[in-house]
Order: sequence, then C-alpha cells, then structure tokens
Amino acid sequence: MRRYLEIYWLMVRNSLIREMNFKANFILWMVVELLWFAGQIVFLEVLFMHTDRIGDWSKWECVLLAGTHQITSQLFQAFFYVNLAELPDLVRTGRLDLFLVLPVDAQFAVSTRRFGFNSIINALVGVAIVVFSLFQLRVTPHLHQIGLYGVAIGFGVAVHYAVLFFLATVAFWIVRAQGLIYGYYNVFNIARYPDVVFRGAFRIIFSYLIPVILVANVPTRTLARAFEAPWVGLAQLAGATLFILLASRAFWQFALRRYSSASS
Amino acid sequence: MESQNPQRFTFNFPAYWKFFDIGLQNTFVYRWNFLLRSVFGIVPLIGTVFLWQAVFASSSGPIAGYEYSSMIFYFLLTVFVDQLITPTEDEWQIAAEIRDGKISAYLIKPMNFLGYRIALYLSYRLLYIGVVIVPIVILAWVFREHLHFPEHGITWLAFAVSTAMAAGIQFLICYSLAMIAFWVLEVSTIIFILYSFEYFLSGHVFPLDIMPAWLQGFLHWSPFTYEIFFPVQVCMERVAGRALIEGLCIQAGWLLLTYVAARVLWLRGVRKYQAVGG
Repeated sequence: MRRYLEIYWLMVRNSLIREMNFKANFILWMVVELLWFAGQIVFLEVLFMHTDRIGDWSKWECVLLAGTHQITSQLFQAFFYVNLAELPDLVRTGRLDLFLVLPVDAQFAVSTRRFGFNSIINALVGVAIVVFSLFQLRVTPHLHQIGLYGVAIGFGVAVHYAVLFFLATVAFWIVRAQGLIYGYYNVFNIARYPDVVFRGAFRIIFSYLIPVILVANVPTRTLARAFEAPWVGLAQLAGATLFILLASRAFWQFALRRYSSASS
Repeated sequence: MESQNPQRFTFNFPAYWKFFDIGLQNTFVYRWNFLLRSVFGIVPLIGTVFLWQAVFASSSGPIAGYEYSSMIFYFLLTVFVDQLITPTEDEWQIAAEIRDGKISAYLIKPMNFLGYRIALYLSYRLLYIGVVIVPIVILAWVFREHLHFPEHGITWLAFAVSTAMAAGIQFLICYSLAMIAFWVLEVSTIIFILYSFEYFLSGHVFPLDIMPAWLQGFLHWSPFTYEIFFPVQVCMERVAGRALIEGLCIQAGWLLLTYVAARVLWLRGVRKYQAVGG
C-alpha cells in the first residue's frame, strides 16, 4: 500500500510539471468546464421560470444537486478521467504492454498516470454553489451530515470511475471507442436530475445496476434534507458502488486474458 | 507551400463521388462506434422526457405554448435533426490533418479541399443515419402518440430546405474552426468553448422560446438558433407565413457568411502553412 502511495505521489508531481508547461491550455480547459456548469445553472433558472417544483424538489435543492454533481464529476476528472479516456488508445496502439509488465497492479497503473489540477478548481466552484444553495435554503447542516456528504461524494467518484472503466475496457473488442467516452457523458447526463422524476425499469436500472441516479442525489439528500433518514440511501449507494466496482474489475481481467497486443 | 492553383473550384463530379465512396468505406469500419453513440444518446433523451413529465405535472397549463405532448415531440425532432446533420468528428480530423502536415498531400492534387471534406461529411452522415435509423424508428414507435406530423404539404419542403441549410451552417462552422489549426497548435479548447454555446443556444437542452423575452431578440439573429432549433420549429409548424420566409432568409444569410469565413480562413491559412513534419 505504501509503495502505491509513493508511486501515486510521483505521478501527481509529474502531471503538475507537465501541465504548467501549457498554462494557456490549462486555463482554457477551466473556462470550458465553467461554461458547461454555468449552462446547467441557466437551464435550471429557465426551467423554474415556468414551474416552482420538480416533484417535491424546490429550485435551490435542484441547484444544490447540480453543484453536488459538479463536485463529484470534477473530482473524478481530476483523479481518473484522462487516464481512462486514453485507455482505448493504449489498447489500439499496443502501448498497453508497457503497463502490463510493470511490477504493480495493471488497473492501478493505467488508472493513475495523470492528474488534472484544473478540475480541482472546478470542483471548488461546485462547493461554492452548494454553500450558496444551502444559504438560500436556510439550511445549516450538522457536522455529521457534512461528514456523510463527503463519504457519499467518495462513493459517487467511485461510480464515475467504474462506469468509465467498464466502457473503456470494451475498447479491447472495438477499434474506435470515441462512442464509448461519449456514452459516459450521456449516461451521467441524468445524474443532475432529481431522483423523483424517474420511474419504472429506467429507474431500477440506473439506481441498482448502473447507479447513476444515486451519485448526486444521495449526497444532496443527506445534506439538505435533515428530516429524511440518510441511511437507506447511503446503504443503497454503498452496495451499488461496491457491485459496479467489482463488476468492472472482473470485466477488465476478463479482457486482459484475451488481450494479445497490437502490431507486435 | 505553392502549387499550381489548388483553390480553383474544379467541379469534377466523378472525383467527388470517389471521395464520397472512400468516406463510406472508411466509416463502415466504425459502425460499432455509431451504434454505441446512438444507443447511449437515448439515455439523456429519456431523462429529458421524465424531467418534463414532472415539470408538466406540477405546472398548470402549457409552457410558452408547449403542451406536454408537443414538448416531447420537440425533443424527438431535435434528436432526429441532430443525429441527421451534426458533424461528429470532421473538425477534429481536419484540424489533425493540418497539424500533422497531412494536407500537403491534398494541396498538390487538382482538387478543392472544401469540396473533398463536404463529400466526406455527406458520406459520414449517410452511413451514420443508416445505422442509427433503427433506434430512431424504435423511439418514434415508443413515443408514437406524441408525433404530430405537419398538416401542410409545403411544410415538408420548408423543413427539408431549412434542415439542409442548417447542415451547411453546422459543417462550415466546424470547418472554419478547424482552420484555426493553421495558427494554433491546440484547437480543442476553442472547439469546446464554441460547442458549449452551441449546445445551449441551438435548442438541445430546451426550446429557445421558453427563454425570457429580453433574450428573444438576440436568439432571433444568433447563428446557433438556425443550427437545430429553427428547422424543428418549421417542422412543428410553429413558424409560418412571413416569419417562416424571414427565418429562411436569416438562415441563408448565415450559410453565406459561414461559407465566406471558411473560404477566407482556408486561403489565409494555406498561405501561412509550413507543412510541419511533411
């Protein structure tokens, strides 16, 4: 475990040095993400011009949800996104071999090569929106609520990771995998909607099998809705996270067994 | 990089037909990619339907003239037009060809690069729609009670013309953006910044006419409106008569402007081009 932490620290340092070589690009990527987030808020603003509730969710609860989704997805981007998005390329070119021969777990090696610092700043913007929404809702969360919120966010990051890792692993069979990365964005598109709007099979699939609906909703409920017992949601999120993490790892190992490298 | 006269528009139909054919064959390799894209594309659409269901359940009466049913039809049409005409990878490919110096090979051939890329774009789109027509038909069947096809025959014609112009505007904007690669090495951030405006202002996320009144003047003249929203409005017969003619004129204006931008950027770019690595 200590060895892994040391390796990870080296990777983080390396990424920072690399990113600081392209400062303009660093800032532009932040602008891109901020524009997207601003768009989400504008969307809610327009939506709530025409209604005052979505299910039993008020406007500021929805904004808090959007902020929570921002924190979770940006933390995921910071730690894992680039690495997983490049996995299909590694497979296609055969460069994956380099990672397989390293004396560390291959999944760890391909998942932690680079670290995105700009996403951390974007996650902080999400935090600011969450705090502002709490202020608007006149809710002061207890310390234990904030703690549970943090734990739930951690599970959320793990779900993001497992879903994209699973999709990227499909690249072992499909030549060009842009469609898969696009799939990640599409699936998480629904994470910013209040869970009450979903129904039927769609709700079951995306709450248990691919728990996208839980990712931002469970932490939001934990933080903003003190009158609800948080344990049911948290237990459900924890169980679903564990399941999808294990499933994606099993799928990866299955793919590796069939992998015969490229062009060598 | 000087050559005979590569910019002269030589209309050589067999050659462009050949490019079209090459595009088809190249793209067919990626049919899985297409299918995945369209299948995953359904998830946000269903999410949108659920969201609006909840919104209409808690609001009384129509929203900016949309009933629940017409709102669903709006999003179905938006997805359809988007799948039909939005370029998926053209701008990345063109920018990469410029950056890696691959366009040298095109410059010395007696052909027009824009014409070549248009032929490729059309072939991509044709194959794409050929693959995703299956999920689209399934979706249309699932939501069949919300489909309201145009009452007037002329609407079909206006819809076709408007969609074709929207395709032209979308492609030429992508092409012009890719031309920036002549000056800047890393164009992806610029592409994404424009893309984020496009996403919200072309009507992907919600119909533009539910936006506040003070924004409508801007939206009326904005090019993004004519990339998806306007053709969809035409098909839903929410614009008619003078407004329809006026909209088509503005759309034609943007088509012309984006064409001029594409040509000018190309001519200036080629003059500056150094054939890195070529």
